[in-house]
Amino acid sequence: MRALRRVGGWITGDRGRRALGWTAGTGLALSAACSLFVVPADAEQGVVQRLMYVHVPTAWVAYLAFTVVFAASVAYLRTRRTRWDRLAEASAEVGVVFTGLTIVLGALWGRPTWGVWWTWDPRLTTTAILFLIYLGYLAVRRLPENATRAYRWAAVVGILGFLDVPLVHLSVLWWRGLHQPPSVLRVQGPTIAPSMLLTLILAVAAFTAAYLWLLLTRMRLRRAEERAMSVLLRDPVARVTSPQSTEDGVRR
Amino acid sequence: MGQLAGAAVIVAKDLRVELRGRHAAVLVGPFVATLVVAFGLSLGPGGAAVERLAPGLLWLTALFGAVLLCRRAYEIEFDDDAMLGLLLAPGPNSAVYLGKAIAIAIQLAVLEAGIFALVVVLYGLPAAVSPAAVAAALALGALGLGGLGALLGAVAGTTRTRESVLPLLVFPLSVPMLIAGAKATALALYGPVGELGRWLGLLVAADVVFWALGTLLFDYMVED
Repeated sequence: MRALRRVGGWITGDRGRRALGWTAGTGLALSAACSLFVVPADAEQGVVQRLMYVHVPTAWVAYLAFTVVFAASVAYLRTRRTRWDRLAEASAEVGVVFTGLTIVLGALWGRPTWGVWWTWDPRLTTTAILFLIYLGYLAVRRLPENATRAYRWAAVVGILGFLDVPLVHLSVLWWRGLHQPPSVLRVQGPTIAPSMLLTLILAVAAFTAAYLWLLLTRMRLRRAEERAMSVLLRDPVARVTSPQSTEDGVRR
Repeated sequence: MGQLAGAAVIVAKDLRVELRGRHAAVLVGPFVATLVVAFGLSLGPGGAAVERLAPGLLWLTALFGAVLLCRRAYEIEFDDDAMLGLLLAPGPNSAVYLGKAIAIAIQLAVLEAGIFALVVVLYGLPAAVSPAAVAAALALGALGLGGLGALLGAVAGTTRTRESVLPLLVFPLSVPMLIAGAKATALALYGPVGELGRWLGLLVAADVVFWALGTLLFDYMVED
């Protein structure tokens, strides 16, 4: 537990965040090189299938991000610590961007493969609705005049949105279907070539590191915003005495 | 005062406000009726296409009505800061939520019945295969939308910006009700009734999820 805390402290500190940034950047560069030049193109779909190495990781990050929003929302309502709301907000923003990317990349892949930009397939539809739900989440954050109310409303929507996903998915699943069945997580083992699978795993890991880096950077920005705001509120002409001042009484 | 007794008082109060103020009857009703007519006009005169689209249009219109109704449900509370009185009244705050949700659901069910009658007449739909299932779908959908709307309606509050956010929140979250409601209504209208159970079951599941979450989370929406 203590070791975990130390790692967490290091990662969320400046040096850890920078190290994570370099890791993510290197990983992305490596996975891009692998997916473009090392791995063979798909026999049936040709070169366009290489989109898989960005489409699948963005989708994974999107779903991961919204899961984090849900967990952070629950944690915020239970503890009322601002840090959980920072995490939820950062994760939601990153999640919305990655959901948008997932949809765009999927459309680019779908057009040559299926012949259409968009189809009302369960997974596509669920992802599009997720995108809309979390746009609503980000909109709610801007509404109230006082900060803590915004945090609470956002947390409620973050929980509601996440638990709505199974219902949404079930309803669109029964509604129709065309996506290929999942090919990686199958009982008989994966059906794609080992080199492809390794590249995909590398890409997923790199994108996850990138997600974490974006998350930490966004949370750091938000802390800076809060400090600037509290200084302004306390004394409009004050100078920031120390970067870590917590005299404003906000529980961190 | 217990939860249910408190809820009953609020249901009675909200329905009384509606009966005397006629907000839904004068504003929301005519608006959704206009929507039904406008849809009909945009699709061209009757025929197979309109018949196929009718269940979907019915639920889309109901969704618009639901947003307006739950905005109204909280408008009357924020006008004179009456919300504070409700929350300070003895009994749990979840009673306020339940009361609001039931009142919205009842008004919505009446509204849906009106929309349905209008759709049947204007679009010239045949007699339903299973009228009971149509009623069940409308009722279950109204309950789900009421449960969701009563939780999120508190967002609408008083300002213009807030009112515009409500549909953005309610529409994507109510997709299960929209799809399951439209499917169940279509099956109940034209058959086959064999698949009805699945869709009505999904509506029930959505109702349970939204009402449970509403009861749990309502406090966080209104405490200040």
